[in-house]
Amino acid sequence: MNYVFEILPSLFSGAGMTLEIFFETLIFSLPLGVILSFGLNSRFKPLKWFLNVYVWLMRGTPLLLQLIFVFYGLPIIGLTFPRYMAAIVAFVLNYTAYFAEIFRGGNQAIDKGQIEAAKVLQLTYGQTLRKIVIPQVIKIVLPSIGNEVINLVKDSSLVYVIGLGDLLRAGNLATSRDVTLVPLVLVALIYLLLIGLCTVILRKLEKHYSYYR
Amino acid sequence: MLEVSNLAKSFGNRQILKNISFTLADGEILTVVGPSGAGKTTLLRIIAGLETADAGTMTLGGQTYQLSGEDRGAVGVVFQDFNLFPNLSVIDNITLAPQLALKKDKAEAEKEARELLGKLQMADKGNLYPYQLSGGQKQRVAIARALAMQPKMLCYDEPTSALDPALRDQVAELILSLKDSGLTQLIITHDMDFAKKVADQVLEVKPLEG
Repeated sequence: MNYVFEILPSLFSGAGMTLEIFFETLIFSLPLGVILSFGLNSRFKPLKWFLNVYVWLMRGTPLLLQLIFVFYGLPIIGLTFPRYMAAIVAFVLNYTAYFAEIFRGGNQAIDKGQIEAAKVLQLTYGQTLRKIVIPQVIKIVLPSIGNEVINLVKDSSLVYVIGLGDLLRAGNLATSRDVTLVPLVLVALIYLLLIGLCTVILRKLEKHYSYYR
Repeated sequence: MLEVSNLAKSFGNRQILKNISFTLADGEILTVVGPSGAGKTTLLRIIAGLETADAGTMTLGGQTYQLSGEDRGAVGVVFQDFNLFPNLSVIDNITLAPQLALKKDKAEAEKEARELLGKLQMADKGNLYPYQLSGGQKQRVAIARALAMQPKMLCYDEPTSALDPALRDQVAELILSLKDSGLTQLIITHDMDFAKKVADQVLEVKPLEG
């Protein structure tokens, strides 16, 4: 038990890094995903083509590889990021692609009649998006977004590859130093706790949007 | 007065509507009848500004439109499947556009919406959501939503098709009572009995050959 209390502070500080990456990635990639989803549905072919290539690259290569490229590869063309920034850039680029695809699907699920009804009621395009389309899209995409959010908690452990100390790395260090699996069991418990929390919040959100069908 | 002259529309090289002209006095009801695929709904969509015409003009309330999809605030539409906003309550469905487009304040818009709902025997339904309503009730919300924008004219796409036969006469009565209040109405239907019951004028649209 004493041992547990001994290593907990280092695990918590690792969990802090995990949470920082988690929140910062969401703050940037969710809105960016919404914006790009409109581009993916755009009638302007070059934009659509460019975004499709971007999504293909991001979904078509491992996030681990993308992290390495952003941190070790981009400096070759003169773009150098500090470790933490590199991690955020890679995560935001990757998650934006997934979110954009999810929102694109959500946009397509909105009945065209909704937009026509808004048009004959003289709503502007922006008002239609804000009051009609986006609220309905959020309800549709919430379960898929929830999946990605939960993945993000665990994906954040990949940052060890560019030398950042997150939760899993803290546990790994303690395990190899003290030759015991206890730290990794604690790591698993902390992940479960974080994801349990995410799940509860997502359920609450889904419930909030269940006031209509 | 509504005046449509020489309206024409093709999709690709298939001509749907040709030389459609008619005049409808204020407060009158025109029913547009014809078999499926004759272009009835297309005609409504052009008049409502949801579709562009290849030729023709339309004059409504002294204003002439080139039928190129420009803003046509004066025309309200009751869609076949109503297209209510499922994420908004009945009251919000009705007050959204008056607040956003006509810049009415919330209290005023709500007062007018409640009056409209009262006239349509829906006074107690304001706080429900569309999924909680029957087809006939949804239709009345759709009518209230359109009327709240104070249109010069109201168009209906197949107002009886989504309703059971018993409700058909109720809709006819409702449409006639709106006529008494001076509203000009255009009704697309394939129900001849219904069309004759409410119409001052009947326009027959036939499928074009080729």
